[in-house]
Amino acid sequence: MDGALLELRGITKRFPGVLANDDVDLTLHEGEIVALLGENGAGKTTLMNVAYGLLTPEAGTILFEGKPVQIKSPRQAISLGIGMVHQHFMLVEPLTVAENIVLGQEPSRASIIDFDAARTFVKDLSDKYGLRVDPDARILDLPVGMQQRVEILKALYRGARILILDEPTAVLTPQEVRELFAVIRSLVEEGLTVAFITHKLEEVMNIADRVVVMRDGAVVGEVRPADTDQAGLARMMVGREVVFSVVKEPATRGDTVLSVQDLSVTDARGIESVRGVSFEVRGGEIVAVAGVSGNGQTELVESITGLRMPSGGRIELKGRDITRASARESIEAGVSHVPEDRLRRGLVLEFDLTENIVLGDHRKPPFATRGIMHPAEMTRVAAERVEAYDVRAPSTRVLASALSGGNQQKLILARELGRNPELLIAAQPTRGLDVGAIEFVHKEIIKERDAGKAVLLVSLELEEVQSLADRILVMFEGQIVKEFAAGEASDEDLGFYMTGGGGRKLAAGTAQEASHG
Amino acid sequence: MAERQLADTMGKISAWRGILERIAMPIISVVLAIFLGALIMLVAGFEPLPAFLALLKGSFGSPRAIGETMLRATPLLFTGLAVAYGFKAGLFNIGAEGQLFMGGLVAAYLGVVMGGVSLWINIPVILLAGMAAGAAWAFIPALLKARVGAHEVITTMMFTFIARYFVSYLVSGPLRAEGAVAQTVRIAESAVLPKLHDLLGTAPIGRAHAGFIVGLVLAVVMWLVLRYTTLGYENRAVGFNPVAAETGGISVSATMIKALCISGALAALAGVTEVLGLHYRLFDQFSAGFGFTGIAVALLAKNHPIGVIPAAILFGALSAGAGTMQLEAEVPQKVIFIIQALIIFFVAAEAIARWIVRFTRKEAIEDAG
Repeated sequence: MDGALLELRGITKRFPGVLANDDVDLTLHEGEIVALLGENGAGKTTLMNVAYGLLTPEAGTILFEGKPVQIKSPRQAISLGIGMVHQHFMLVEPLTVAENIVLGQEPSRASIIDFDAARTFVKDLSDKYGLRVDPDARILDLPVGMQQRVEILKALYRGARILILDEPTAVLTPQEVRELFAVIRSLVEEGLTVAFITHKLEEVMNIADRVVVMRDGAVVGEVRPADTDQAGLARMMVGREVVFSVVKEPATRGDTVLSVQDLSVTDARGIESVRGVSFEVRGGEIVAVAGVSGNGQTELVESITGLRMPSGGRIELKGRDITRASARESIEAGVSHVPEDRLRRGLVLEFDLTENIVLGDHRKPPFATRGIMHPAEMTRVAAERVEAYDVRAPSTRVLASALSGGNQQKLILARELGRNPELLIAAQPTRGLDVGAIEFVHKEIIKERDAGKAVLLVSLELEEVQSLADRILVMFEGQIVKEFAAGEASDEDLGFYMTGGGGRKLAAGTAQEASHG
Repeated sequence: MAERQLADTMGKISAWRGILERIAMPIISVVLAIFLGALIMLVAGFEPLPAFLALLKGSFGSPRAIGETMLRATPLLFTGLAVAYGFKAGLFNIGAEGQLFMGGLVAAYLGVVMGGVSLWINIPVILLAGMAAGAAWAFIPALLKARVGAHEVITTMMFTFIARYFVSYLVSGPLRAEGAVAQTVRIAESAVLPKLHDLLGTAPIGRAHAGFIVGLVLAVVMWLVLRYTTLGYENRAVGFNPVAAETGGISVSATMIKALCISGALAALAGVTEVLGLHYRLFDQFSAGFGFTGIAVALLAKNHPIGVIPAAILFGALSAGAGTMQLEAEVPQKVIFIIQALIIFFVAAEAIARWIVRFTRKEAIEDAG
């Protein structure tokens, strides 16, 4: 193939219990933008880590400019001209931009680092590629988008001709994403090759010259964005038709399940972050709490799930007072919780799937009687639920840490929904998930509703709120400032109230009126 | 059906592989430590081979030597299990030594005042009372940890000083027996733990006593508790991820208090069995820092209760053989401390050991290719 800069042929990489890359081919040509698209756990990062010398494949060859090479370490990759920017930046925070960029290859005179030369290098580089950064700024003072630029400059300083970006937009704001794309385009104009890993379809459509789609460790196809659309890409990525719009029947509202009256909660810093909130959730409906992050949603959820004591008000579940219930009592009363911080709160990563599935029910039959656990029963139930909730893992003895993000969330659903709760509280249930997993989570939430359960959804994503909710509560500065019925509000309406457009309510009484009215 | 069987077999294979992987590093650490110890001996002008042969002879070379190894391993079994149980809950009980002293104190006291009852009542009562004392001694740091977040490394350490000086005061004051030495009165015959050879009906193997069996049994019990009880499950959950445990309805503070108290109870048994099985009385220096060596034992065992058994026996053997080594090979006993320190170093610096292994493996592959 002409102009092939880097060729990966027949790459196979195995991890305990997982075939991460199965005979994968990938070719990068000079001056193109290649998107490596796939669900979490499809093997994209593994493949790029092989190209960058971080992983040694079991089989396969690598050709650079047509010549076979062995890339055993990042150092070798760099000397070939391959640079990689990881999802988690590897910068020394107290040092300046220039210092970070030259670190390891400092320009020196008589073994004294020539900082002026370093600064000039950095300035020239950033001018050349339109990557504006202040060489004297310290990393810890820079926003994430700027830090990413420093990482890119670092790779360029080391002479990268191929730049690998691992999910570069995951941490960026929309504005920063636009800037990053502009940078990528100017890099390619200068003759560089950019390979970036993503699971976001619109990005791919936006910027890639060529899309390589991976699924279950194998390349399943290659297209040009012009020849396809988002639905087509999604189908390739997930392996089946993906429904973007959520299909659901009208709600059939039952009795009140959760009733929150005049609830106030003080957060860890002693600030009242939930202030006189009242609402109820009935069986068979999904009530969504919309709001900008940090407006009291976390504390609201924590108080209902028994993780944080309210400072005032009352919480009832099916008429039973659970205001001062512990987390254990809350679970036993029938509250299931899909926490927003799934890695920290949702799972014990060092536990295997079975041990994670029983968490919360581990004291009760069939999992335990009088303090003695029943491993056989635990494994049986875990295997059933893993199957039912489509958690993809080689066995229930695999550690939760070995699962991809989507499968970890399915594991949490398998536990929280498998116990057949009265109320499901789902906080940010699809954050960071790929389309296939999002669709699955949404379906399960609707299934709960249709089974007559009450669902309280907390989400920062308006699209999710709009498509799932039967009723929407807008939260701002610890209060519910507006309530909408499904389909009643536009995104703009929601945005208006989420950012305080409706004015803040100072008296608790007004908030109560608002939610009842 | 065949598929399920295959999956089962695969599961078993991977389980065995997991065990192998877990024990490989501690074993490599020990081998590296012995190797480096030999190098140090060479540099210092001693011959390593005769020294190690003497060490082996003194620890496993005769029934008596084996008995001595078991004797020295006994307190380390208890303190090793104690520290490991705490670690499993994410707690570093650095104060096992203090809990050991409280156990020894209760044993020495009850062993005297309970004189005259049957052995079958006397010994269990003292064991339980000693455990209660150790648990109580750990309870205050545990409560401080759970309520105000006072770090257990600091508090249990300070409680060790209190316990040691309290015992020191008692044995030289109120509880001092007649005579020139500051020690308590000998315990009653009914409180004496039987010698191991009497218990098993074998040829004499020296001073080893029934405490060793108690330690072995407790290691198995602790393994079962961790694996098959809600107590153990919650203990591990809190140790791995307290936030997720809390979300799963586990009280983190209650679990921590339980863990530290159980750890204290186990550590106390080291003191109890040293008094009832070996010294028959209490004095200032009755523990050779077993509480601290227990930390090394737990580290080497990677906090696995069954792993504590070989780890304790290894440290017991090093200590039992050191005398013979000095006597026959004329290598100072202190060399043993160096080897012990190296073992701890390599276990702690597992990353280094891993690196060395990977490095040599890579070389081998390159050579082969």
